[in-house]
Amino acid sequence: MLKIIYRNLVYKPLNALLSLILLMLSVAIISLLLVAGKQVSEKLDNDLEGIDMVVGAKGSPLQLVLSAVYHVDAPTGNISKAEADKLTKNPLIESAIPLSYGDSYKGYRILGTTPQYLELYKAVLEQGKMYAGTMEVVAGSKVALRLGLKPGDTFLSTHGEDAKGQVHEQTAYKITGVLKPAGAVVDQLLLTSTESIWDIHGESHELKTVPPHVEGEAIDHDNHNDHDTVPEAEKQITALLIKFRSPMGIMMLPRMINENSTMQAAIPTLEINRLVNLMGIGISTLQGIALAIMLIAGLSVFVSLYNRLKERKFEHALMRSMGTSRGVIFLLLMAEGLFLALVGFVAGIGLCRIGLSLLNKMAAEDFHFQFGYGWVKEEGWLFGITLLIGIFAAIIPAVKAYRLNIAKTLSDG
Amino acid sequence: MISAKKLSYQYPAGKTMVYPDFESVGGNALLILGKSGCGKTTLLHLLGGLLRPKEGHVIIHGKDITTLTEKALDQFRGKHIGFVFQKSYFVQSISVKDNILLAPYLAKKPADTIRLFHLAKSLGIDHLLPKLPATLSQGEQQRVSIARAIIHHPDLVLADEPTSSLDDENTATVARLLLQLCSENGAALVVVTHDERLKSIIPNQITLTP
Repeated sequence: MLKIIYRNLVYKPLNALLSLILLMLSVAIISLLLVAGKQVSEKLDNDLEGIDMVVGAKGSPLQLVLSAVYHVDAPTGNISKAEADKLTKNPLIESAIPLSYGDSYKGYRILGTTPQYLELYKAVLEQGKMYAGTMEVVAGSKVALRLGLKPGDTFLSTHGEDAKGQVHEQTAYKITGVLKPAGAVVDQLLLTSTESIWDIHGESHELKTVPPHVEGEAIDHDNHNDHDTVPEAEKQITALLIKFRSPMGIMMLPRMINENSTMQAAIPTLEINRLVNLMGIGISTLQGIALAIMLIAGLSVFVSLYNRLKERKFEHALMRSMGTSRGVIFLLLMAEGLFLALVGFVAGIGLCRIGLSLLNKMAAEDFHFQFGYGWVKEEGWLFGITLLIGIFAAIIPAVKAYRLNIAKTLSDG
Repeated sequence: MISAKKLSYQYPAGKTMVYPDFESVGGNALLILGKSGCGKTTLLHLLGGLLRPKEGHVIIHGKDITTLTEKALDQFRGKHIGFVFQKSYFVQSISVKDNILLAPYLAKKPADTIRLFHLAKSLGIDHLLPKLPATLSQGEQQRVSIARAIIHHPDLVLADEPTSSLDDENTATVARLLLQLCSENGAALVVVTHDERLKSIIPNQITLTP
C-alpha cells in the first residue's frame, strides 16, 4: 500500500514536485526566520548581561551600543579619561569597565580593558596566564581557534577594523593566554590592558594621514585624531560599560551625562529593542510571504490530487472491486497529502540548515557570529501547520473518492 | 457455487429490471447474452456486489451477499470474486506484475509469485510483467486482467464484455484462456456479453430480454 502511495506520487512527478518545492521553500524560510531570529535575540541578550548603560563619545547611541557591547560597529569617538573617572565615582554606579578599541588583528578587534571585563562574561583562561604588562594579550577562544594563536605568539596590530589598514609596525603584541569559550562576544576579541593601546598610539603620529573608515560615515569625526598623542593628562578611552547600584541610576544618570558632559550615555536594552523592532517589520513581512507560499503549496497539493482524481477514479473503483474498503481508499488519498507535507517539511528543515551553514560561512567573518543547527521549539508548531495544510489539501479529494459510485464508474468506462 | 434468485434492480431513474434465476457451479462457464441496454452489466454488478438489488438474493460460496454490510461486502468480493472488465482498468503507476499481485494483496491473501509466473506463462504475458500497464496493447491488457482475476483463487470470475474491444484472433485466445484457467482453478465463470463470437465457445447460455 505504501508502494502505491509512493508510486502514485512519482508517476506524475511534476505535480508532486511543484507542491513539494513550494512546501519546502515555505518551511525553509519560516524555519530560517525562527532559528535565526531566536538565536540572534538570545545572543543579543546574552552579551547584554550586566551592562546597564554605555557611555562614550557623542554620536549615534545605537552605534555606541553596537560598537562597545557587540563590537560590530566602529567607535563613535573617544572620551577623556579624566571625565570618565569623575563619572565612575558617582555613588549610583556599582562598576564601570573602561574600554579602548579601534585596532584589530586580521579583522579581530583588540580591546584594551581591565580584567573586570572578563568577569562580566565569566570568561576564564584555558591556557597561559592573564596579561600583566603592556603589549601582552589574552585571546578569546574563537580568535585563537580561527587564527591558530597560542601563548608565546606575537603579532602586529592594524589600525582600524579593516584587515588592510595601516600596520603598527613599531610594537608587537605577545599572546600570554587563551580563554575558554564563554559563549559571548568576548570569544571574538583580543584583550589587552588599556595602557597597551595608549602606548601604541602614543608613538604613531603618522596615523593622522589614515583616511576615515567607510563604515564610519555616521561618525561626526575621525576617532583616530583623538588619541594619537597621549600626554598623561590627556589620556583617553573609547567607552565605559556601566552597571548601576540601584534602578535609580537609570532615571538620573543618562540624562545628566547627555545634558551636562561631552559624553553620551546609551541604554543598551532600549537601543537593541529599537533595533529589533526595526528588523521585526522585515521579519514579519518575510513570515507573511512564507505563509502565503505555504498556502499556495497547500492549494497546489489540492489541485494536483483533485485533477488526478478524475483519471484515478477507475483505479479506485478497481481496487474496491478487488476488496478494498471505502475507508482505505480515503486513507490512501489522505496519506498522499500527508506524505507530501511530511517530505516537504523535512526537506524544508534540511534546506534551512543548509542556508544557516551558508550564512555561517559567509557572515562569520563579518559578524563574528555562528548560528547553531539545533531544533527550535517553534518548529514543532511549524510541523503541525504543515501537516494541517497537507490534511486540508487532501480531504476534499479523499471524501470524493470515498463516495465514489463504483458500479457507475466501471460501467461508464 | 453461484445462484441468483428472484433478482430485480430498480434504476435511480425508476425503471425496474427483473432477472431470471440461474445457477452455475465451480469449473463451469455460463454465458449471459443480450443486446446493449438490457441490463447485462447491471446484472454482473449485482452478482459481484457492486450494486444492491431491489429484491432477491445472490448466493456465492453458500453466502447470501445481499445481507452483508458495505465493508464486509468489500472484503468478501476481494476474497471470492475476480473481475474482468470490458476496458482494462489498472493502477497506472505500478508495474503489470504489481497490478496482478494487487489482487491477493487487497484480498489479504499471501502473494504467490510462483503462481504468478505460472499464470503469466500460460497467458503469454511473462515478458510484460515489469512494464507499466499503459504501454500494453488491448489484447495484452485483457490477458493481464485475466491473470489478476484468477490469481487469488476466487470462487467466481465475473467477466463483463471481456472480448468486445478485441479482434477475432485475440477474442478466441482470450476466451479460450479465460475458460481454461477458470476450469483449471475450479472457479465458476459468468460472462455477460453481446459478442456473438463467444456463442460457439461457451455452450451454457442465457439470453436476457429487455
